[in-house]
Amino acid sequence: MTALIETRGLCASYGQIQVLFGLDLAVEEGGITALLGANGAGKTTTLRALCGMVRTRGEIKFAGASIAGLPTETIVRRGIAHVPEGRGTFTRQTVEENLHIGAITRRDRTGIAADIERVYGYFPRLEERRNQQAGTLSGGEQQMLAVGRAMMLRPRLMLLDEPSFGLAPMVVEEMFEIFGTLNRRERMSMLIVEQNAALALSLADQAYLIETGSLVMAGPAADVGRDENIRRSYLGY
Amino acid sequence: MQLFLHQVLAGIATGGIYACMGLAVVMIYQAIDHLNFAQGEMAMFSTFIAWQLIQWGAPYWVAFVLTVAISFAAGIAIDRIVFKPIHNAPVLSHIVVFIALLAILNSGAGFIWDYQIKTFPSPFGTGALFGQNLISRHDAGMISVTLMMLVLLYFFFRHTRIGLAMRAAAASPDSARLAGIRVGWMIALGWGMAAAIGAVAGMMIAPVVFLEPNMMISILLYGFAGAVLGGLTSPGGAVLGGFMVGIIENLAATYIPGAGRELKLTIALFIIVAVLIVKPGGMFGRRVVSRV
Repeated sequence: MTALIETRGLCASYGQIQVLFGLDLAVEEGGITALLGANGAGKTTTLRALCGMVRTRGEIKFAGASIAGLPTETIVRRGIAHVPEGRGTFTRQTVEENLHIGAITRRDRTGIAADIERVYGYFPRLEERRNQQAGTLSGGEQQMLAVGRAMMLRPRLMLLDEPSFGLAPMVVEEMFEIFGTLNRRERMSMLIVEQNAALALSLADQAYLIETGSLVMAGPAADVGRDENIRRSYLGY
Repeated sequence: MQLFLHQVLAGIATGGIYACMGLAVVMIYQAIDHLNFAQGEMAMFSTFIAWQLIQWGAPYWVAFVLTVAISFAAGIAIDRIVFKPIHNAPVLSHIVVFIALLAILNSGAGFIWDYQIKTFPSPFGTGALFGQNLISRHDAGMISVTLMMLVLLYFFFRHTRIGLAMRAAAASPDSARLAGIRVGWMIALGWGMAAAIGAVAGMMIAPVVFLEPNMMISILLYGFAGAVLGGLTSPGGAVLGGFMVGIIENLAATYIPGAGRELKLTIALFIIVAVLIVKPGGMFGRRVVSRV
């Protein structure tokens, strides 16, 4: 397998404050990678660094080409969809307009219409609310909309930032099942940041653990899940 | 009754111009979160360009279209050259630049075309429409042009891909970037469109107020009043607010004893203050609540 996205010595900082210290990460083509770590470890920053939302140093390669230093819009257009923390809903636009915004870089009208139906196939609740203002949706529905909007881009890689945050357990389960399906059926590679380590490890095939911006451990998800220290610190058993 | 109808129609005619100025202000406000104090001077400068083209022998509608195109390009240039570099600067820096722009355009126009009042032709002719004294031909033409432009803009924002991208960029720049929208260019496009709308408003009102470098100052204040009345976060509200200010202004000048022409502007300012006291977000505006 080859790496779809790969970083070498990735550093990132907000102004004077450095948050990432030389990360080497990779997400394999068609794989699901989990990025674990405590609060403030730099998980969100890592995702933001990958799509040019913070100042970075180091190498970032996507599909063989360097994307370091490119503007966010350009990186997104190359096929990276980022489902951000807080979901990034366009609250005053309708559900369907939100999906159209997700497809704004595309021009194939019939393909877009088909993809909207495809999103509704995965999330029937969104179809029921297609003409509703997105700001009136529940947290779970907004998360579905965020994932749906990302799907509309037809990305090769999806970056998911805390997709379970603030959601009811049932919704979370449904959501992660859909992530699995998207990965298998649409061959969509994923990098998932999660507080809920057990959940993320159950879905992922590779896992990284970071602490204060540095890599602590990397390997197949099953091995990381079996590790004594990880179990005690992050899984709680 | 005849007088009342006449005043309302005249109010709708000038209100349409206020609506355009208000809309131009709101478009830039939505894009960069600041009030463009130079909006009126931009419109005035555009109108002078149209006047110059007509002087050089261009037919009215050719000059009209050329002026709109030039203004559109100039609006984009102003954003790219002046405002993009100071994008993250504090509010006061923006205000200083707006005021500088206002002064430059004002004295620039005075320098090039001098301060003598000039007449500006109306493409609709003078005299009354339908022979009655209800509404003048120019007022009727002005109403049609502004309404046509507003309908076009509505269609553009509701039903085109770029319109949707512009709305998304204004609503949430970060999320828009994550959808692949080139937010910087959407802002520039907003500037271009605001400048073009202002140009149309300037050319429409110039036959009424005459052409001179200070012609748009009071018009912009009415535009601000309309935008504040409707809500700075609501383009539709700003348009409606503009029409309302136009009607109120005319009716007040006619029916309130002693109001007359001199106090008309005072009424606009009074509306701004009163609305802000009662409804800080405007009639159709959204109160922006931020989580701390």
